[in-house]
Amino acid sequence: MSAIPPQPAIEVNHLVKAYAGVTAVNDISFTVPKGQIIGFLGPNGAGKSTTMRILTGYLPATSGQVSICGYQVASEPDAVKRRIGYMPENNPLPEEMRVSEYLYFRGRLKEVARGKLGSRIDEVLELCDLKRVRHKIIGKLSKGFRQRVGIAESVLAEPPVIIMDEPTIGLDPHQILIVRDLIASLRGRMTVLISSHILPEIEMTCDRVLIINQGRIVAEGTPANLRKEVLGQSAYEIEAAGPMGSLPFLLGTIDPGLSVASEGVADEQGFRTIKLKTLNSEDVGEAILRACQSEGMRIRALSRAHPTLEDVFLAATRRSWDAVAENPKSQARP
Amino acid sequence: MKHFLTILSHEVRMLLVSTNTYIAAVAFLSLMGFIFTGILEDYSKAVQDVSPASVFFQLYWLPVFFMVPLLTSKCLAEERRLGTIETLLTTPVTTAEVVLGKYAAAYLLYIAFWGSTSGLFYILKRFAGDARLIDPGPIVGGYLFVAVSGLLFIAIGVFASSLSRNQSVAGILSLTFLVGIILGSRYLGQASWLDREALSPLKDAVEYAQVNQHFQDFTRGVVDTRELLFYVSGTVLALIFSVLAVEAKLLHS
Repeated sequence: MSAIPPQPAIEVNHLVKAYAGVTAVNDISFTVPKGQIIGFLGPNGAGKSTTMRILTGYLPATSGQVSICGYQVASEPDAVKRRIGYMPENNPLPEEMRVSEYLYFRGRLKEVARGKLGSRIDEVLELCDLKRVRHKIIGKLSKGFRQRVGIAESVLAEPPVIIMDEPTIGLDPHQILIVRDLIASLRGRMTVLISSHILPEIEMTCDRVLIINQGRIVAEGTPANLRKEVLGQSAYEIEAAGPMGSLPFLLGTIDPGLSVASEGVADEQGFRTIKLKTLNSEDVGEAILRACQSEGMRIRALSRAHPTLEDVFLAATRRSWDAVAENPKSQARP
Repeated sequence: MKHFLTILSHEVRMLLVSTNTYIAAVAFLSLMGFIFTGILEDYSKAVQDVSPASVFFQLYWLPVFFMVPLLTSKCLAEERRLGTIETLLTTPVTTAEVVLGKYAAAYLLYIAFWGSTSGLFYILKRFAGDARLIDPGPIVGGYLFVAVSGLLFIAIGVFASSLSRNQSVAGILSLTFLVGIILGSRYLGQASWLDREALSPLKDAVEYAQVNQHFQDFTRGVVDTRELLFYVSGTVLALIFSVLAVEAKLLHS
């Protein structure tokens, strides 16, 4: 057989979804290769949930194409639904059922063979640490358990694509750790698309991040690339004492873009905190240290500030809002 | 229809753990028990023309009014209120399978309730010792009518449940539909303004939809295919509208 180019797990082309007068998703395109974990970020009402619902075939798109494992969602919904595990926002569960009963029912609906289902249910119960509550009624479980029942259900049939809308909402740090490990353990075997508000979560588990705002993708890439692309600068913080007068000149000799962003007040030992920023992404920490010492300054600490995904997220969404705010003006111009 | 049986067995189980079902069962059986005792008292006082079974089944509409809403109001409304319809429809099941599974489960329970009233006739047979009281014709006809008309009544309940996400609204809606069909058709049949020449097709249609007339035919042992068609086509129509209602609400959600 000739080599077939690897088929992407999720392919979205110019997806548009408009509700009566409101465009929730506006011309989104992205591709997710098999086995990757993708984080889907965005402020409330950005169109995350809508996009996910369209991917699962629950909602029809207004225009555009979506395919899962090569199957078009619009024309082959059954084939698509066999290949996804979906956990909706707020994780709706039937209140009156027992955990194991629910998983059995869902397994049958997802066409897991009857003979395999029992052992598979044991497996996911173990995986999600639910063994203790398997005979409890779902309506009486705490939020954390319910959330894990939803996660267990979505991985139950071992689908190639898993879509989870805010899976870690309402969990305590210990449970978040379990869920994070669980999702990480799926890497390589399954393609996972998760949306979340907890940014460190996404940063730790995801291979790639999509930031969406007002129905458009505003940034896309690995967390590290996003930092560079969206923020475009690095920052240093030094605690130093001694003559400061020649500092700006010194910095200029190291890197022309390097400048003092802010300067704190000196404490009783004469040390003050100075923040530096540069557009250069290379690490110039050592050069700064050497230059300062040659001038007779005493250095107590030097650190390179790491912008978090939070900064990236805020910068990316702000940038897209600015763009939207400018657009009407440019259109109104004669 | 691969998942029909999965959904059916799940729904039967869900109905069996629901309080609504037990309220319906207790209310139904005590009501039917009282009616039956009342009938027997009348028969013990004086000899009557008709068999007790036809008198018993004459009040079929009374339990229908509370049983159908209690059995069906929850089925689709609750799924939408909780949002579980979203997880349900993102598995490889069709809306038709979901609606049919829920419908069949409610119908099975409805039939089971009515079936339990056969115990009353058994007791009568065992202790009355009078063969004239147990006339098999009206009994079989009565149960057949209940089974056939139940198809339509339960379908109407399911349809009402597909229209609202609030269980009580769905219940009252199905009660309204049922009153309209059972009592409304009788009222219209007696209306004199329908006797005009120009309105004769309408009059025919109303005559055709006389549920009470159907009932009398069945208990007399006349099973008319036109009457069967009335219930079967009504059922199919109500179920199709239920499927459409569920899907339409998704499109406009």
